[in-house]
Amino acid sequence: MGRPFSCGVTGCEHAEPPPVDDARWLFKNMGMAQGAIEIENLSKEYPYGFLHLKKKKSLEDLTMRVEDGEVFGFLGPNGAGKSTTIKLLMRLIFPTAGTARILGKSIDDVSMHGSIGYLPEQPYFYDYLTAHEVLDYFARFHNLTAGDRSARVAAMLKKVGLDTAKKIQLRKYSKGMLQRVGLAQAILHDPQVVVLDEPMSGLDPLGRREVRDIILELKRDGRTVLFSTHVLSDAEMLCDRVGVIVGGKLRGIGAPGELVDMKAQGMEILFEVSGAAGNLPLLANATRTGERYRVQLPETELYAALDALKAAGARILSVTQIKPTLEEYFMNLVEADRAQASAVEVSGK
Amino acid sequence: MRNVQTVAANAFREAVRDRVLYNLVFFALLMMGAAILVGQISIGIERDVIVSLGLTAISVIGIFIAIFLGVALVSKEMDKRTLYALLAKPVKRWEFLLGKFFGLVMTLTVNTAAMAAGLYISLWTVNRALLQSDVYILVAVYLILLKLALIVALALLFSCFTTPFLAILFTAGMYVAGLLAGDLRTVHGVELDPGTLKLMRGISYLLPNFENFNVMGAVVHGRGVPAALVWQDTLYAIVYVAIVLAGAAVVFSRRNLK
Repeated sequence: MGRPFSCGVTGCEHAEPPPVDDARWLFKNMGMAQGAIEIENLSKEYPYGFLHLKKKKSLEDLTMRVEDGEVFGFLGPNGAGKSTTIKLLMRLIFPTAGTARILGKSIDDVSMHGSIGYLPEQPYFYDYLTAHEVLDYFARFHNLTAGDRSARVAAMLKKVGLDTAKKIQLRKYSKGMLQRVGLAQAILHDPQVVVLDEPMSGLDPLGRREVRDIILELKRDGRTVLFSTHVLSDAEMLCDRVGVIVGGKLRGIGAPGELVDMKAQGMEILFEVSGAAGNLPLLANATRTGERYRVQLPETELYAALDALKAAGARILSVTQIKPTLEEYFMNLVEADRAQASAVEVSGK
Repeated sequence: MRNVQTVAANAFREAVRDRVLYNLVFFALLMMGAAILVGQISIGIERDVIVSLGLTAISVIGIFIAIFLGVALVSKEMDKRTLYALLAKPVKRWEFLLGKFFGLVMTLTVNTAAMAAGLYISLWTVNRALLQSDVYILVAVYLILLKLALIVALALLFSCFTTPFLAILFTAGMYVAGLLAGDLRTVHGVELDPGTLKLMRGISYLLPNFENFNVMGAVVHGRGVPAALVWQDTLYAIVYVAIVLAGAAVVFSRRNLK
């Protein structure tokens, strides 16, 4: 019998460690406080074919939780099951199996929607309404007084930068402007949990920056944010934790730093050399961009390389550690899934 | 009921902004043309022709709006995905359906009332006076409105589980079948076995009997409409609409949005 495994909660020990990438173990055994979003064995199958007799699994046995007050990024390639999961949580589609709770209430409980905000993927609103009218319309479904409603609508329009366009019908809005309206209606009622499906989609760099700021502001206010994205740099920048879903299955969950091996895999030197140093052996392996050279090498060879460069009169611009990124981790998972899928296809043939 | 009211008010606003009420221009032109024409070609029956033409136009225009907009009420929201943000609010699916239903009925009421006013203006233009029996035109218009509410409910039901094109076909088919419901009960002169006759009679009671709402013959000729008929038709429409909407709510409550 080995040493008992501690899951991190004081006084809580287990005989077996959690299986790799299995959030279910933690969920069932840690006895943690209630999470903001708890998903248990959620699955979704879509029938297809002429008589709908064939079934395609869009989501398979998803178990995970999003803690109260955290920003959680849901990552995955197109068709991985991100939007399916979010639609299941919003009750826009119904699960084949499994359950989910938001703020401790079953997703079947419509009253729970008073405490959550949702931005659909590529949102589309009533195009005969103005931004002000559409926000006022959505605000009416929450228990707000007329004065409060009016004040919040005005504040939201200002927050998402649509104050000057509030009287224009949405049919004249660009995609990015519609995305801003979508974001405004999602946070209009000051929800506890905010679920955003591809919030950066269609936005210019300025718009993306504003969305990032809004997400960080929500986090500062103690709100829980779950958002799906393709943009891994956004996830790395904003998220306390991420979940990676590929082929309808959760392949990894944790803090970005935990998921990728943070140990440096080598060093990179960026430098400039004059013509006299043109025959440096180091240049053979370097990548040239204009007058600058970039070379990657093992950490053990760093100082010898720096000495050689110094002796040759090179100007060293930067020395950085090479660390794996979330993107590499993500790509590895996607490629592994594709390899597995093609192996199954070959064996099936 | 506040959610139902909010959805209904928005559905009405949508109809107004999408220029649905522009059909009134067509109706106005039709009635003006008719008023000028009947004065020249019919002697002594101008009133009958105007009333007949006006009520038929109110009914036909209303049916087109009820079927096409009724089907679009839900299918358009699903196609354009405007429903996603709404259903993520504390709104029950049946509240959304009921709101949409009342929104379109409100639109049809305004539309029908405006057309009825146009009909009265045409009558006054032709005769330079209104008769006491002309008050029954309002009763006929009221019954047309009940019929339209029933058509909207059917369109809503069909659009909850099939494509817009099929929903339009089904609703139009139900309307035509409903017009013939009375005939199914009184089939004579055809050799059918008793089982088939029973089946036909059963089906006739399930179909919405749209002929119940047709009092045009009596109103055109200035005859009254019994109050009992109006009450019966009102009750019939309420019960039938309630059953159809309940069915639509059940279907829609489990509908996966795309």
